Amino acid sequence: MVWIEKQRHIVDFALSSLLRRWRKNTALLVLYTLIVFILGSVVFFTEAIRREASHVLAGSPEVIVQRLMAGRQELVSLDHLEKIRGIRGTSDARGRLWGYYFEPAVGANYTLLSTADAVGHPGTVVIGRGVARTLMAQRGDMIPLRAHDGTYMTFEVRDLLPSDSELVSSDLIEISEEDLRALFGIPAGFYTDLTLRVRNPRETTVVADKIRRLLPDTRPILREEIIRTYDALFYWRSGLILVIFLGAILAFAIFAWDKATSLSMEEKREIGILKAVGWETSEVILLKTWEGIIISLTAFLAGIAAAYVHVFFASASVFSPVLKGWSVLYPDFSLVPFVDPYQVAALFFLSVVPYTVATIIPCWSAATIDPDSVMRL
Amino acid sequence: MSLRKSDTYFLITALGMLAALVLSVHAHRAVEAAGPALARQTDLVESMGLSDLCLFTDARYTRNPSLADRNSAFQDSPLAMEHFPSGSLILPPGHLRRHGLD
Repeated sequence: MVWIEKQRHIVDFALSSLLRRWRKNTALLVLYTLIVFILGSVVFFTEAIRREASHVLAGSPEVIVQRLMAGRQELVSLDHLEKIRGIRGTSDARGRLWGYYFEPAVGANYTLLSTADAVGHPGTVVIGRGVARTLMAQRGDMIPLRAHDGTYMTFEVRDLLPSDSELVSSDLIEISEEDLRALFGIPAGFYTDLTLRVRNPRETTVVADKIRRLLPDTRPILREEIIRTYDALFYWRSGLILVIFLGAILAFAIFAWDKATSLSMEEKREIGILKAVGWETSEVILLKTWEGIIISLTAFLAGIAAAYVHVFFASASVFSPVLKGWSVLYPDFSLVPFVDPYQVAALFFLSVVPYTVATIIPCWSAATIDPDSVMRL
Repeated sequence: MSLRKSDTYFLITALGMLAALVLSVHAHRAVEAAGPALARQTDLVESMGLSDLCLFTDARYTRNPSLADRNSAFQDSPLAMEHFPSGSLILPPGHLRRHGLD
């Protein structure tokens, strides 16, 4: 109990000391909270996207085979499909028909895709919610699309894709095979790319290798590679995220450097007076430790809570201008709050501990000087 | 009786920790509740044969990063620089960064 009471008195004193310099400390607290907020938002956003991608893309094709010519993706012929069907271990090999469509009226890019569901529904399309937003289209509306020969083809909106699937389907237009071929001018017997399954999942890389050898102009992409792409997509070394992290680390370094090198005259005098009235060096260090903890823990708790609300309740709205880039069509999605406790713990140790330690070091050096000489400064 | 400064601080910190606890409970429940919606999305991905998230629709190699190749960012002309903002946000897929697989 004596120990607890002593700590409470020291905290009382630390708070009074912080409030005496309230302008500087408020500015410090706000900036510190902002840094934790930005770092926390990046960590929450990237982890949630990564985990959601690994869940959702578990349903993507086991192997996708592209054909490349002069460094560009080219249409794959039926002949390629037949050869792949002949490889032992493959099953369910089929051609995929899809393509990008730029709508000049709204400046948005759409992805047109022919699926089995669209068979038997010529002249109609099922559209993603992003497409519906940009075209202001509802079920039953007619939408015109410009074909490869300059003519316009009109399609009735048969249905809208579910809103909770916007993260994968926002820009999709599901269309029948004959309509897609007519729109893009893809001749019969050609596909955009091929997909296939491998009977024994452990043989996927062997089958991919066989495809590469049999058809040297193709490039097989495995499902594991697709999922790994999203594992690494927002990796900390990538572009802007690295800039954000470097900025935050630099800001922390400036805080720490400022604290470690410059105790103000007032703070030194305060330490001198405390020593003169009988405080031990260890007690002065404890006082400064509490000051560091009060600032950094408050900033951490406020910053991390604000980051959570920002990413999972406000759809990361601060990041959206950056994420949208030049896109006119951007999915309206709410991320599932997959939070990695290890990352939060890492953020805690990276934000609270260095600052608290940086607060103690200069105080220790000031507290070991003779009080008389400190007060005369 | 007015509260001591230390009591006020500990009270605020306790409230902050409680808020953190409430948020972690929210995260846990939201992940559980999202199970059926995630399963529906996985089914949609499977039935349509999709390979990517619809995050960036400005360029084809950012719309479908897993299908991008080494040339796609620069294919508009031999000296074209990669200029879409979303291209600077993300890393190229891992299988492109390993040599000899494409």
